[in-house]
Amino acid sequence: MTTKRATLLILAAIVIVSPFFFPSNYYYRVGSLIFVNALAVTGIVILTGYAGQVSLGHAGFAGIGGYACALAPVHLGLHPGLAALFGAALSGGVAWLVGRPILRLRGYYLAVASLGLGILVAMVLANEAWLTRGPDGIEVPDLGLNDALEAIGIDIRNTQFWYFFSGLVMVVGAWIALNLHDSPTGRALRALHGSEIAARVVGIDVARLKLRAFVISAVYASLAGSLLALQNKFITPDVAGFMHSIEMVTMAVLGGAGSVLGAFLGAAILTTLPQVLTVFQEYEQILLGLVMMLVMIFMREGLLPSLARRVRGREK
Amino acid sequence: MLEVEGLRSRYGRIEVLHGIDLSVASGEIVTVVGANGAGKTTLLRCLSGVQPVSGGSVTFRGENFVSVPAWKRLGHGLAQSPEGRQIFTNLTVEENLRLGAFLYADDRVEKDMGDAFAMFPILKEKRNLAAGGLSGGQQQMLAIARALMGRPACLLLDEPSMGLAPIIVAQIFDVVRGLRDLAITVLLVEQNAFGALRVADRGYVLETGRVTMSGAAEELIADPRIREAYLGI
Repeated sequence: MTTKRATLLILAAIVIVSPFFFPSNYYYRVGSLIFVNALAVTGIVILTGYAGQVSLGHAGFAGIGGYACALAPVHLGLHPGLAALFGAALSGGVAWLVGRPILRLRGYYLAVASLGLGILVAMVLANEAWLTRGPDGIEVPDLGLNDALEAIGIDIRNTQFWYFFSGLVMVVGAWIALNLHDSPTGRALRALHGSEIAARVVGIDVARLKLRAFVISAVYASLAGSLLALQNKFITPDVAGFMHSIEMVTMAVLGGAGSVLGAFLGAAILTTLPQVLTVFQEYEQILLGLVMMLVMIFMREGLLPSLARRVRGREK
Repeated sequence: MLEVEGLRSRYGRIEVLHGIDLSVASGEIVTVVGANGAGKTTLLRCLSGVQPVSGGSVTFRGENFVSVPAWKRLGHGLAQSPEGRQIFTNLTVEENLRLGAFLYADDRVEKDMGDAFAMFPILKEKRNLAAGGLSGGQQQMLAIARALMGRPACLLLDEPSMGLAPIIVAQIFDVVRGLRDLAITVLLVEQNAFGALRVADRGYVLETGRVTMSGAAEELIADPRIREAYLGI
């Protein structure tokens, strides 16, 4: 079986089977958060794992996606679902505008520029209170899908609906990312990650391809932000904050930046860890830092690739 | 096919190519030999477009090439096997070859891959392994095979013998000689002057950024100055 099919099967199985072991409704909520985070991190896998580019401001795109769902229905009269797509298009457009001049250059320029962009978005969301209602956040209209299901006789609790809906979107996101991996574009992205000069010599327009990866990953982050806003029916500027950007990168690196399944693993661990380790409440960020350091020291490729290598090594 | 006139290039304020004149006719194998630091690699980097040119002209098949970006040059028929091999180590052998044919999406890609495997059977054997696990000689073969997947009219080869055992070097030069039968024009840059001049029709000697000698390969091999400086005879 190919890695692609195995990954999709595993993810789908996790979404479907896990609820049988949930002792309470609260677990649906955590599961749904994991899926939303995994979706955003899948975008990071495309940008960082495939193309080797680092963004430190992807939460900015999650912010755009989230606030699009809050604001577009009120001010533009869009359905919340359309608002999410509108946010994704907006995020993609912003990523294109910022990335175009930056990605012509090699090196860490994207990390610095995206860091600035993320902070800018968070500032605007927090300070332009006339539009966003500032740091206290803003309510988000209902997506209405749950009611539509009820109308056709499927009665499902809200938290359960969002669990399965987020799971579905995550699996679709993973499917697209895995298809991209083996497509000529994906191959070219992984190639320029290895050697930009050799990539240019075989006819790859390196700048344009890096830009494409950046735009795609921005759309992933934006949709994740929208999903979060829609299921919470509320959103605050924190979603666009610097810590959230760092969290995304950490999840990707922890799980294994080149692997879609690794993205899920990283998201699952770093979403549940704070819930499990509530005793360490005040030390949560210290603990995150420690986890990061240990992974970099002992498993540089990330958990999943390192473990897979160890298992294969034992078989031999 | 390829004409270079008065080519100059610099790293920052230091000029390393001081006006190179060179030409390669269709079907020829031409070599540029010279010691370390003579500017051989810089010359090739200018021709493939990854190094800025500060003066002079590069004309390929009658077209001014100086302002054509690197990634468009293969589409014009100019391929390069870059310095230090530069294969994609984290990708499989087959993926490397497919990337060589990045510009094409037709049936010929599979046929060309078959030809590449026929030319280098070892690559077929290792097609699903990461290219980084190949030996130096195998990586060089992969680099050449990948360049051929781009269907070049002219191939630029940068130091294909670098760091390889003598028996492998001989194999690589045999491969270069075989490119003549594929009607591919070759510009071969080499430190191994003897091996390069033996497969080439003509040669240029590069010294500190200038062409100091040029002529038919057998004449250069016979020239006492060359024999003393580069052939160690």
